[in-house]
Amino acid sequence: MRALDQLRFAAWALAFHRLRTGLCLLGISIGVTAVVLLTSLGEGARRYVHGQFQSLGSNLVFVVPGHSETAGAMPGVGGAPNDLSLDDALALQRALRQAERVVPVSMGSETVANRERHKQVLVLGSTRDFLDARHLRLRSGENLPEMEWERSRSVILLGGELARELFPGQNPVGAKVRVGDRRLRVLGVIDDHGQQVGLDIGLMGLVPVATAMSMYDETSLFRILVQVRAHADVDGVLDDIHDVLYERHGEEDFTVITQDSVSGALGSILGALTLALAGIASVSLAVAGIGIMNVMLVSVSERTPEVGLLRALGAGRAQVRGVFLWEAILIAGVGGLLGLGLSWLSTQALGWYLPAFDATPPAWAVAAALGVSVAVGLVFGVLPANKATRLDPVLALRGK
Amino acid sequence: MIELEGIGRAYHMGEEVLHALAEVDLTIEAGEHVAIMGPSGSGKSTLLNVIGLLDRATSGCYRFEGRDVTNLADEELSQLRQRRIGFVFQSYHLVARLDAIGNVELPMVFAGLPRKERRRRAEAALDAVGLADRMEHRPAEMSGGQRQRVAIARSTIMNPGLLLADEPTGNLDTASGTQVLELLGGMNREGLTLIVVTHDPAVARRAQRVLILGDGRLVREWRGDEVTSLEQLFGLPESEGPA
Repeated sequence: MRALDQLRFAAWALAFHRLRTGLCLLGISIGVTAVVLLTSLGEGARRYVHGQFQSLGSNLVFVVPGHSETAGAMPGVGGAPNDLSLDDALALQRALRQAERVVPVSMGSETVANRERHKQVLVLGSTRDFLDARHLRLRSGENLPEMEWERSRSVILLGGELARELFPGQNPVGAKVRVGDRRLRVLGVIDDHGQQVGLDIGLMGLVPVATAMSMYDETSLFRILVQVRAHADVDGVLDDIHDVLYERHGEEDFTVITQDSVSGALGSILGALTLALAGIASVSLAVAGIGIMNVMLVSVSERTPEVGLLRALGAGRAQVRGVFLWEAILIAGVGGLLGLGLSWLSTQALGWYLPAFDATPPAWAVAAALGVSVAVGLVFGVLPANKATRLDPVLALRGK
Repeated sequence: MIELEGIGRAYHMGEEVLHALAEVDLTIEAGEHVAIMGPSGSGKSTLLNVIGLLDRATSGCYRFEGRDVTNLADEELSQLRQRRIGFVFQSYHLVARLDAIGNVELPMVFAGLPRKERRRRAEAALDAVGLADRMEHRPAEMSGGQRQRVAIARSTIMNPGLLLADEPTGNLDTASGTQVLELLGGMNREGLTLIVVTHDPAVARRAQRVLILGDGRLVREWRGDEVTSLEQLFGLPESEGPA
């Protein structure tokens, strides 16, 4: 029997039982849709997070005070035994030739007020390089001035949303705001288009690093950002940072984190999540497969006389098995294609609602869903097909 | 063409053993027209199925076209059925979703013949049984006689040497039945060996030999032209019939 004839014979049989075939197709296509859609969401989430990390700035290395072994706490969390001082940052800037920028960051929470309007926000202390290092832009006004890091100046950049809240309908550039017990002049407003992981740019103030440190009465920086030049040897830079700080501190009371390691860790977590989602979705595919098996079993029982006839006409056991297997594979394959169509529509709809969230299904999920659905047909078609194969032709002809 | 020696077919029903056929010795030459008669449960259909290689004897030896087929593998039996043996059933056994051409094509589909050749041969065969105008009708759109003629076209499409018919006119009125029997008779005259299971003396009368089965055994044999009535076939004492 030729493959094309097998397919045609199977298609005829399926076409004859429209309702049953239709329900089966529905089941398998929902299963495939679930797999493709959930993996798309997982992949979308992974891409989204990855994109967010990209927008943090490329090739960023973070130096945070404290070391997990010496501090006994998570790096950067809890009290650090030794400061990461502004001098450390300056030393790094002098020593690191492969660094595009070295940006000290001090952080605290302060109330920023314009007359009676006030808001408690994060106020960072840094340098004018901060915006570039984190791929931020000014919406209006100008950046922090070029100045020595140790000098304090009574100026501030406001996040876009903070500016809107404190100065509704007005241009805040040039106005004065109260930050704690100081009065600072607003130099510019940061464009808060696009949110970033871990930092609400819109609700933030940015002041010169020395200003922030004296405001918070801190001697330690929150962290030092080192932006490595493109194509630079990141590992070499990490070694250099380590050497410089170790020489200055005499011990390893700091931690160097690369952006890649953080985004890589998150990426693998989200990858695992995607797989888990795919696993959950496969359950529905398996259920659909059992549905196919049921339908095929009914079909075999119903067509017992036909099986007897086929045997009488000279069809071998293998050919009878083929007839029913092809039906199962066909139903699963067509269901899989329908499911792909359905999930394409769904992701399109999702993209329409959430343009920022790119939920394009990964190619492997599409291929796998189709492959798995055909495999489901094959696996769950075997039992009914074997049942048909084992029928005694004489009894089968009599419908038994 | 067919040589049965001591053929038995036993069924195990729990503890009991049912002998559907016992010690059947039978030789049928190529081109013969044989009728098998007997009361229900006498083993007519079982004998037909054993001869048609659909069922296996549990004892004895069967030679088909000179070849011992008693212990052939399932696939080889399928091949023989496909190439050498045609079946016609009382209830036609047409595939409801296929039209007349599709049904006639079926054996050729399983034999792997190319589509064009199948179509050409199926059309010719349907034409030969007088159904040129019903080629694309489904079974449900045809009368019983027409359905049986489709079945006959299907059973002979592979040019078998042997045609087995189990009550071929059982579901038909006299006119359609006669048409079907004439069709079968014509094929027999062209050399096809024909074995018909029937309980209708009018059908048996057309055969050269009429075998009477009782309790799984061949009890008697008549010439076709001797057959007049059921009473004659079954009712008279054994000595009256030629053994």
